[in-house]
Amino acid sequence: MTKTTVRDWLKKPIVGILLAIAIGFAVGAIVLLIAGYNPGEAYGALFRGVFSKPKYFAQVTIKSTPIILTGISFVVAFKSGLFNIGSEGQYITGALVAAIVGSQINLPPVIHFIVVILAAMVAAGLVGALVGFLKSRFHVHEVISCVMINWIMLYLSNYMITLPWFKKAGTEASVEALESSWSVVANNWKTSEEGLQQLAGSDSPWAEALLKTDLNYGILIAVIVAIGIYLLYKNTVKGYELRAVGINPHAAKLAGISVDKSIVTSMAISAAIAGLAGALTITGVMPHRVTQLSMHEGYGFAGISVALIGGGSPIGSIFSGIFYSMLTYGSASIQSETGAAGEIMDIVIGVIIYLIAISSLIIMLLNRKSAKAGKAAKNG
Amino acid sequence: MDATYAVEMKSISKYFGGFCALDNVDLCVQKGEIHAILGENGAGKTTLMNILYGFYEADSGEVWTNGQKREIKTPKDAISLGIGMVHQHFMLVETYTVLQNIILGDEHIKGPGVIDYKKAKAEIKKLAEDYHFNIDLDAKIQDITVGMQQRVEIIKALYRGADILILDEPTSVLTPQEIEELIDIMHNMVQNVKTIIIITHKLAEIMKSADTCTVIRRGKNIDKVAVANTCEKDLAELMVGRAVEFTVEKQECRRGSALLQIDGLVVEDDRKIKKVDGLSLELFEGEILGIAGVDGNGQKELFEAVTSLRKAKSGSIRIDGQDIQNTSPRKTFEAGISVIPEDRQKSGLVLDFTIAENMVLEKVQNAPFSKHGILDWKVIRQNADKLTKEYDVRPDGSAGMRAGALSGGNQQKAIIAREISNDGRVLVAVQPTRGLDVGAIEFVHNAILSERDKGKGVLLISLELDEVLKLSDRVAVIYNGRIVNIIDAKDADEKRIGLLMAGGEGA
Repeated sequence: MTKTTVRDWLKKPIVGILLAIAIGFAVGAIVLLIAGYNPGEAYGALFRGVFSKPKYFAQVTIKSTPIILTGISFVVAFKSGLFNIGSEGQYITGALVAAIVGSQINLPPVIHFIVVILAAMVAAGLVGALVGFLKSRFHVHEVISCVMINWIMLYLSNYMITLPWFKKAGTEASVEALESSWSVVANNWKTSEEGLQQLAGSDSPWAEALLKTDLNYGILIAVIVAIGIYLLYKNTVKGYELRAVGINPHAAKLAGISVDKSIVTSMAISAAIAGLAGALTITGVMPHRVTQLSMHEGYGFAGISVALIGGGSPIGSIFSGIFYSMLTYGSASIQSETGAAGEIMDIVIGVIIYLIAISSLIIMLLNRKSAKAGKAAKNG
Repeated sequence: MDATYAVEMKSISKYFGGFCALDNVDLCVQKGEIHAILGENGAGKTTLMNILYGFYEADSGEVWTNGQKREIKTPKDAISLGIGMVHQHFMLVETYTVLQNIILGDEHIKGPGVIDYKKAKAEIKKLAEDYHFNIDLDAKIQDITVGMQQRVEIIKALYRGADILILDEPTSVLTPQEIEELIDIMHNMVQNVKTIIIITHKLAEIMKSADTCTVIRRGKNIDKVAVANTCEKDLAELMVGRAVEFTVEKQECRRGSALLQIDGLVVEDDRKIKKVDGLSLELFEGEILGIAGVDGNGQKELFEAVTSLRKAKSGSIRIDGQDIQNTSPRKTFEAGISVIPEDRQKSGLVLDFTIAENMVLEKVQNAPFSKHGILDWKVIRQNADKLTKEYDVRPDGSAGMRAGALSGGNQQKAIIAREISNDGRVLVAVQPTRGLDVGAIEFVHNAILSERDKGKGVLLISLELDEVLKLSDRVAVIYNGRIVNIIDAKDADEKRIGLLMAGGEGA
């Protein structure tokens, strides 16, 4: 019986993920040792680089916001059996539309922000819906259309930045979004005369976290989205249908669920969330504008890693997004404190993701074995 | 004396976790015989054979082949001892040719990295001739029938030098004709001094093919009988452990008014070939109309058109005069058509959903299962608890289990529970007992009959002629996409229908 319990325990996804993380760090430590660095020191630097000051942790959460959202975006498509590799392009769409609506329209604060993110989500959602439509109508594989749209959006954004009404003279970037559209925490107060005085006078590390970072409401919105998506799948008819289509389109179709419609819906939701990630970067983080890019920034791919480490769950993506962001942000401290290359964290993340991919394979095998035994048990 | 046994398995026990799959099972197979292993789904037949083939290791017991004790740890060991196995689900590469599949993993090489197809082809041709296999070595697997694919698997085993061939449920995917051919092939093989072990729960085939039969129930040896000295009824009793009724109690058919009317239906398949070609039929309330026919005569396309999975080219399908052709699966469901699909795992269930979730697959958007788009889990769960109890979907508490964790028979019971609870007016059942054992078949048949007695119209599409004859009130024979004749069940006999099915002139 002990054999079964160990097996059951190993089958819990969270155990596999934690194990993968532990092994990832162990492998990183070995690499550091070989390279002649003390892994204890390096990981200590990583830890201090994240936790020693509220400012650092504020940076981690700020940087985690877009990848939590692109992670959830990936999860949504994946639940319906789709591989949305296009969150990169959808992110750019969201950012571009947010910059346009944020800079060209004048609205009161809060309302302006809401209009900006809704516009960005609708635009990115339409891009996703197009991918879904191409798949359901013409059987174009979503990976192909997504990759193409990634580049189309990159160049569209670069082109828009050259237009006179949008380009900021003397820069390779667009004009900034108006302050009324910003989602920066206590922006008015911290830029006001008395706010500045009070903050400058205080040597509280919390004041520093507020003043010297772009601390913004994006993380709260990401958490709300995660909970919303979780509830969508758990408690709604739509979520039920989207899941059914993802697991078994044949049975779903025969049962009267429209597979084509579900593909379009799922891609649209997925893309809208990636677009939201882009919009929140514009509203929340300096310099509140889009810039010329020669290549993708990698939020989409980071999202895939976040979704995987998060066990394919929207709630899990919050934690894995923050975790991922800790490793990437903290890697700078490793470099500055010990001299070891910060890229060591890329190795750790890479190992973790490989192991998680393998662990889901192991879980599948364990399930198959116990299903066989269970099957025999039922009839026996 | 021992040397006359090709295979001896002595006191084999196997545990999966705490569950005992095999409990001191013995098996003695003589050289040159066809030995059947009979048992219900999950009795342990396949586990026993997987031990012989090296997939699993026994927890205790010995395996002997040709009079010597053996340690079989992997399939490779088994193959080197001349044991071959053909699985229920074939392991073939769809896009490769027959020849490539046969030599895969055991290629003759001309030079480094160059396969000597010529030599392999000559060898395989000879094998095929020896055993009267009629097979095109250059055809791609995806283009040949399931029966042919099975032959490829058999030749594959023979090509690797198998003298002892294990066939796992070989007939579950075959048409009646293909089953006959397979039995011929098996007889041919034993004449060439091969030994065959066949795992099955189909009694008729054991009677026709096997010499000896070992019966296993719940992981225990029940009996070993010479097939010549037994009959189907005795075998069934040994397998299930109780007397089994082969004939169903049927009340008089009380036919009502016409319910489902199909007129001049034409349906094309994906390759634009007319598979249903001007088909007309009428289904009445309170009757079972059986569609008998050889596979591939339009049954699949008829089913897909009735459920609106596929567009009809022309013609009409009506329920109570209301047109439902070319609408959508949901519309046909709302019009009152419930469906027991042919492939329960592919089309009937979402295997990664729980049974509770599966029980509302077609009607989750309706009250009381959801309100304003929000699911009511309590109602969904209660519904499943009630249905699983009523239809004896085992094990207890299956409502909360993944559908994929249930046995085939219980999966089918779950589908039947769901479809009957839909309370539609027409029940379309396609191969409703495929792959089920005797006990489960009895259950399914009774459920279908009780629907008829409630006044529902049942359209039964089945390749098992026995089943069609046993259940139907009228038998419609489908050939080349048309109904060639409709015969009252009282006047139907197997010979006449068989002739019609084969396209013989209408009696």
